[in-house]
Amino acid sequence: MSENTAALPEGLPGVVGDWASDKQTFFVSWGKAMMWIFLLSDTFIFTCFLTGYMHVRYSTTVPWPNPSEVFALTIAGHSIPLILIAIMTFILITSSGTMAMAVNNGYRRNRGKAALFMLITALLGASFVGMQAFEWSKLILEEGIRPWGNPLGAAQFGASFFMITGFHGFHVSVGVLYLAIVAFKVWRGHYERRGYEIVEIAGLYWHFVDLVWVFIFAFFYLW
Amino acid sequence: MAEHTAGQQQHPIKIYLIIWGMLFVLSAFSYAVDYFGLEGMLRWTLILTFMFLKAGFIVAIFMHMAWERLALIGAILLPPAVLLVLIGLMAVEGDYTTSTRAAYFDEKPKLLEPAHSQENR
Repeated sequence: MSENTAALPEGLPGVVGDWASDKQTFFVSWGKAMMWIFLLSDTFIFTCFLTGYMHVRYSTTVPWPNPSEVFALTIAGHSIPLILIAIMTFILITSSGTMAMAVNNGYRRNRGKAALFMLITALLGASFVGMQAFEWSKLILEEGIRPWGNPLGAAQFGASFFMITGFHGFHVSVGVLYLAIVAFKVWRGHYERRGYEIVEIAGLYWHFVDLVWVFIFAFFYLW
Repeated sequence: MAEHTAGQQQHPIKIYLIIWGMLFVLSAFSYAVDYFGLEGMLRWTLILTFMFLKAGFIVAIFMHMAWERLALIGAILLPPAVLLVLIGLMAVEGDYTTSTRAAYFDEKPKLLEPAHSQENR
């Protein structure tokens, strides 16, 4: 992509100009445009899940289990509310930062550093999934929470929880694989001639996973 | 904005580090809201403010939306606006579903702590 956008009009006239007539609309590579459109469709999926969860939580006639207590952990004799979720949140933010560093190093053509930062990001993502597995096993085995009911209150709690965090965890797992593969190819020098936009595209996916967690954290765990 | 050719999003590392730090601080704030047990309007104003700030920083800076052309920004950020309609409808329907459940399913609270069962729905 070598088209220089500096010569094109900005703002609203720019929107009209870019969309008008039979020509290229988005002045980004097709890979980046397609990743954005994929993320847009994912936004709809996650919003539908969260909206469904909001609706059942509003409409249940049985009290909703208090997430602050359900997700508390006892560390050194103290019960700390939501502590595991807080740690998971910080891990995901850290991984978003290392991903941004990877993108930056890619464009600076430090491919070793870019691959290293991507690998760190993937490892942080893997530890996030590990903690989620711990959380799930605690809820399933110790608290007896099932998608169709639980001893703490509203039956819809389990359904919403497993659906939403499960789908998010699946996204993180796929992201770990995706990052690992791209990191390996970056490290091998596969993109030396084509350039390192692939790192930014992988980064878009990873930041999106973090973005979804921001909403899940606020609506599921803090409500 | 610095001039750049399309598809190349290269920015100073400093801005990423600032945003990274902001995300940490904002997350710590939202956790603090729960930790100190704030309730009601205050809780929701704070949680939603921190949430939208975090989401905005991630999309604008980490995902480089702030430096993309308006045509791409519009194509990606406008369609989710229809979701607000869905959210609004489902929020409004919540009361209706509750009353239907109460009328037809008569879900009695089964396994509740004593504090709740005194409300006797």
